[in-house]
Amino acid sequence: MKPSPFAYHRPGTVDEALAVLAEVGGDGKVLAGGQSLLPILSMRLAAPAHLVDVNRLAELAYVRAGPGGVRVGALARHAAVERDEGAARVQPLLRQALRLVAHPTIRNRGTTVGSLAHADPSGEMTAVLAVLGGHVTLASAAGRRRVGAADFFLGPLESAVGPGELAVEAFFPAAAAGAGTAFLEVARRHGDYAVCGVAAVVEPADAAGDGSAGAVRARLGYVSTGPTPSVRELPGAAPVGPGADAASWADAAAQATAGLDPEGDIHATAAYRRHLARVLTARALAAAWSASAAGPGRRDAA
Amino acid sequence: MTSVEPTAHPAALSSAGSLAGSPADSPLVGSRVQRREDDRLLRGRGKYVADLVHGTLAAAFVRSPHASARVLDVDVTDAVDVEGLVAVYTYSDLVEADARDGTRVSQRLPLLVPHPDLSHGRTGYPLADGVVRHVGEPVAMVVATDRYVAEDVVDRVRVEYEPVPPVVGIEAARAGERQVHDDVPGNVAAHMVQATGDAPAAISAAPHVLELDLDVERSMSSPLEGRGVVARWDADDGSMRIWSATQTSTGVRAAVATKLALPLAKVECITPDVGGGFGVKIMHPWPEEVLVPWAARLLGHDVSWIEDRREHFISSAHERRQLQHVRVGFDDDGRILGLDVTLWHDNGAYTPYGIIVPIISSTQLLGPYKPGAYQVEFFSLYTNTVIVTPYRGAGRPQGVFAMERTIDAVAAELGLDRADVRAANLIQPDEFPYDQGLTFQDGRPLIYDSGDYPEMLRKIKALVGWDDFPAYREAARAEGRRVGIGLACYVEGTGVGPYEGAHVQVETSGRVNVSIGLTTQGQGHQTVFAQIAADTLGVRMEDVYVTSGDTRRFGYAVGTFASRAAVMSGNAVGLAATRVREKALRIAGDALEVDPGDLEIVDGVVRVVGAPATSIPLATVAVLSNPLRYAFDASAAAATQFAGGGSDDKPPIADDDEPGLEASDYYSPIRSTFASGMHAAIVETDPDTAEIRVLRYCVVHDCGTLVNPMIVEGQIHGGVAQGVGGALYEKVEYDENGQILNASFMDFLMPYATEVPRIETDHMETPSPLNPLGIKGAGEAGVIPGMAVFAAAVEDAEGIPIRRMPISPSELFALRESHAPSPP
Amino acid sequence: MSTEQQVAVRLVVNGAEYAVEVPVRRLLSDALRHDLGLTGTHVGCEHGVCGACTVLLDGTPVRSCLLLAASVDGQALTTVEGLARPGGEPHPVQRAFKECHGLQCGFCTPGFLTTVAAYLEEHPDPSEEEARDAVAGNLCRCTGYQNIVASVLRAAQITREPGRGGRA
Repeated sequence: MKPSPFAYHRPGTVDEALAVLAEVGGDGKVLAGGQSLLPILSMRLAAPAHLVDVNRLAELAYVRAGPGGVRVGALARHAAVERDEGAARVQPLLRQALRLVAHPTIRNRGTTVGSLAHADPSGEMTAVLAVLGGHVTLASAAGRRRVGAADFFLGPLESAVGPGELAVEAFFPAAAAGAGTAFLEVARRHGDYAVCGVAAVVEPADAAGDGSAGAVRARLGYVSTGPTPSVRELPGAAPVGPGADAASWADAAAQATAGLDPEGDIHATAAYRRHLARVLTARALAAAWSASAAGPGRRDAA
Repeated sequence: MTSVEPTAHPAALSSAGSLAGSPADSPLVGSRVQRREDDRLLRGRGKYVADLVHGTLAAAFVRSPHASARVLDVDVTDAVDVEGLVAVYTYSDLVEADARDGTRVSQRLPLLVPHPDLSHGRTGYPLADGVVRHVGEPVAMVVATDRYVAEDVVDRVRVEYEPVPPVVGIEAARAGERQVHDDVPGNVAAHMVQATGDAPAAISAAPHVLELDLDVERSMSSPLEGRGVVARWDADDGSMRIWSATQTSTGVRAAVATKLALPLAKVECITPDVGGGFGVKIMHPWPEEVLVPWAARLLGHDVSWIEDRREHFISSAHERRQLQHVRVGFDDDGRILGLDVTLWHDNGAYTPYGIIVPIISSTQLLGPYKPGAYQVEFFSLYTNTVIVTPYRGAGRPQGVFAMERTIDAVAAELGLDRADVRAANLIQPDEFPYDQGLTFQDGRPLIYDSGDYPEMLRKIKALVGWDDFPAYREAARAEGRRVGIGLACYVEGTGVGPYEGAHVQVETSGRVNVSIGLTTQGQGHQTVFAQIAADTLGVRMEDVYVTSGDTRRFGYAVGTFASRAAVMSGNAVGLAATRVREKALRIAGDALEVDPGDLEIVDGVVRVVGAPATSIPLATVAVLSNPLRYAFDASAAAATQFAGGGSDDKPPIADDDEPGLEASDYYSPIRSTFASGMHAAIVETDPDTAEIRVLRYCVVHDCGTLVNPMIVEGQIHGGVAQGVGGALYEKVEYDENGQILNASFMDFLMPYATEVPRIETDHMETPSPLNPLGIKGAGEAGVIPGMAVFAAAVEDAEGIPIRRMPISPSELFALRESHAPSPP
Repeated sequence: MSTEQQVAVRLVVNGAEYAVEVPVRRLLSDALRHDLGLTGTHVGCEHGVCGACTVLLDGTPVRSCLLLAASVDGQALTTVEGLARPGGEPHPVQRAFKECHGLQCGFCTPGFLTTVAAYLEEHPDPSEEEARDAVAGNLCRCTGYQNIVASVLRAAQITREPGRGGRA
């Protein structure tokens, strides 16, 4: 299990990287974290003629949390994003999801932007970008463009990153005032890809925005339920309020997951995944609601 | 059942029950001695076969991507240009070589364990001879300057296959519409029946009868280190040296010598440090073990092959897969009056290891019980899948699954406590030796030597809190939680023959060399056998150095498998060390002019009991044991001809003696010795997600005398982890085309630390009367009842019969759905 | 192999400087083992799951089988060979694994040792559950993990002993 030969490029600046990528186009793969790419190369499931190693692009190793959201540079390792206190404050869902990505050792090297570009629907961060409605900035010799989450994931392992392009930054919008988030998944073993996972964002839906009226909006993002991360929204008039109980979450979950059509594989049947999606949605909604201003008291969702 | 007289055994045990030389107050045997091997391994100074490849050419293999196909053509034209390529070989090259060199590499690989009922045993060739019968079967061998290049060459070899629909799965095999081997009708490699009493009649006459269909999925050993072999041909000397990560150095040596038409004396096999075996590395010779030495000689250059993980999945060996049908007749107390079992065993594409696994399933199924009558029939079936050879447990997990599920079903049917039904069926302590009336895997009668099963049952119930559990389960249910408890019992025949040997030598420096013939894959042999040798000889452990699995050091051995090393080599070391001790006392007695019976050896010094000032170091005794002409150092002077001592009217070496303070001895048992154990597990299942969590795992085991309790516990823990894996996570998944769907660690789910519970152990010791040290084996104990105990616990939590293992949350969900009451 | 693209790689491994020329596709695991001769780091799967190949990159655990040697040119690595003190005294983790019988065949052990050594730098007093989580990314087939978890706790204890303290 050794990689096939390739031509290796190790640019020192982003401009150099873009120049190389322009030259090699579709014959090139970008190597950042490599935690998904290296196994593919070693198993010879892919044999790109060119590998463009961007690990020297220190200028892309940043996590910048601001009032609007969190900007994550291409070379920011999962572990760095996970540790960043500013990011966790601005958008708690990031840390909640990152804790579940593989194992700490993988997170020490894998990059968040890289996992988005890899576009694996079993990956936690794709669901996070999708549910938050974030975007990815793509750079090439021709300039930069921004692709929103809804247009970024095209299919399993297929993203909008085109030949000659480098994903340089991902943007995760900040949690709205009074919002609560949760990320729950079921995996076979600790650290495995999720059999099914749910990212939930619950926001107070009333005019005051403080949850006092009890109504909430919810957005749900799903892992391992389709070729791309699915996103569902629950209408503002969702029947949840100060007396929200298990039954109302279950109803909300049934509503939210009605159209989901996951596939079966050796680890789980489609029916089980559909079932898990409902169960986890109810639990994630309850947890996110508890963490929101509409909930009984703001506390970290599990 | 007939009663059998226990065999008289040599009384190498002193009256205190410890080994001859050991200080009664602190013998090493029985203590938790830290391991000698650790310092080296912890510093990264282990030398595994992959660490020995410096300077070698690297081999890689073109392997069949089809489960069943004719090989029409192998075209290497695109491969010859790869820089670094040294050679590519196909089957026709092997044929040519045999004609030219008198070798046998184009002949079938050996059928290692023949058996009269293996009527249609078949083995493969080192490289496919025009037919491939499983994905992964080797078709061509590439040798190159390094592994990266070798894999590049493999990619460019174009093989033209004519695929044929494969036979995958037991149902397809026994339906027999297609055959894996043209000359094996119905894909039946073997059909065997063993019986004691008339089970069908007993069942017909029984007050109650039940039938069960059971299903055990395929799994595999999967050690962290795969296979590997390095070969060096010395053309000047005409000798071949092989390093292999094998469980049998003597087996590989003999097989390679035969295949390469070399005298045995010109072939040596050395096992370096080996990263786990768990059975898969007892299989030999692998095609690679034949071809790498063959290529080394042909090329006049060292050659290595280090397996990668994908290769291990598709070309090593698997195990476990069986379908089972049980009919049981029983009385109102749950006593089993008749038990009639049929097993269908998937043996993969070839049967180099014969039918050992299903034989073990058939015989060890009985466990600690004495059914009134028992009949077991098995069919061992070919499929177009990887070969099946023993994996820790070697058929016992399957047999125990059948028996324990049956007993639980009997208890459920009668509304009786599952432990009570077991108690009603147990062999009693005063019934040993107990003859089950069957033939075991060693070809000898299945006679249990010792044990105390009722006491063991009492202990496991106490450890897990069996009697308190129903109340706990009810309380949990009231909280909406589902918890369940399972219990499973096993008996394990260990210490299988024919023999093992040991050589013990005291050097003139005082260093003690112990050589054992079998091999090591992490069991702490350098420590355990040093404990035995040190206690027997009366030396310090730090002066004892143990070598294992090196045919240069010890040439007669069988191998490490079937939980036999401690029993076999342990006793051999004890016997050999005893002979050395006796000789030392005799020589010391002469030197000190004292009766040998008045001497003891403590910390390497031979001295008079009660008068320790009269002494002679063992090192000096070693000097004296070898009468010399030339004093190679100052201490050696004592043995030279003018040093005095000795007698003028006797030859320096007596007729029945040899120079040196050393001896070899062998332990060859009359039959296996029987360890036993009982496990209990408490699980909680999530009512919504169907996830299964292990709350507690308890083990009571009996492996007779413990040489090193710390090491035995470690073996139990490791086995339990594999039991958890085999019950809840691990399954080799084949699709209908014979492709393995999960040939990686990403999808073949071996448990991490978070999946294995804390293991609570209690132990008992009923020493074996069959060997001087009273040892029974422990290597496989931990894994044997895993599937049974977890099936029982999940069933108890859910109220749904669990008849197939392993079980995943998805499968539990499906079972729940299928057992749910229909909507009104 | 001269037509294959080579790259000059400088690595500081266990405090010693190495300069080698390797094919660009050379995995770090293979470079350490074969080009540098440091065979203590083992290869179990080559797809990042088993953890036997784990080394410390600037003090942080990474899978060396998922890195190209070229990618870490100029960086500092610690392998199992570098855990013991300069005088040869074992690292607390090494001592603990021996005392607690945390290894059997030793093949997975180097990956555990580096992982745990790094972990204890940041978490000097883990609970048993935390200790178990800390090693939950490394596979062991021999020990059943119980003694490995005990080893983590024992290593933490040794590190906290006055006068013993733990930097590699």
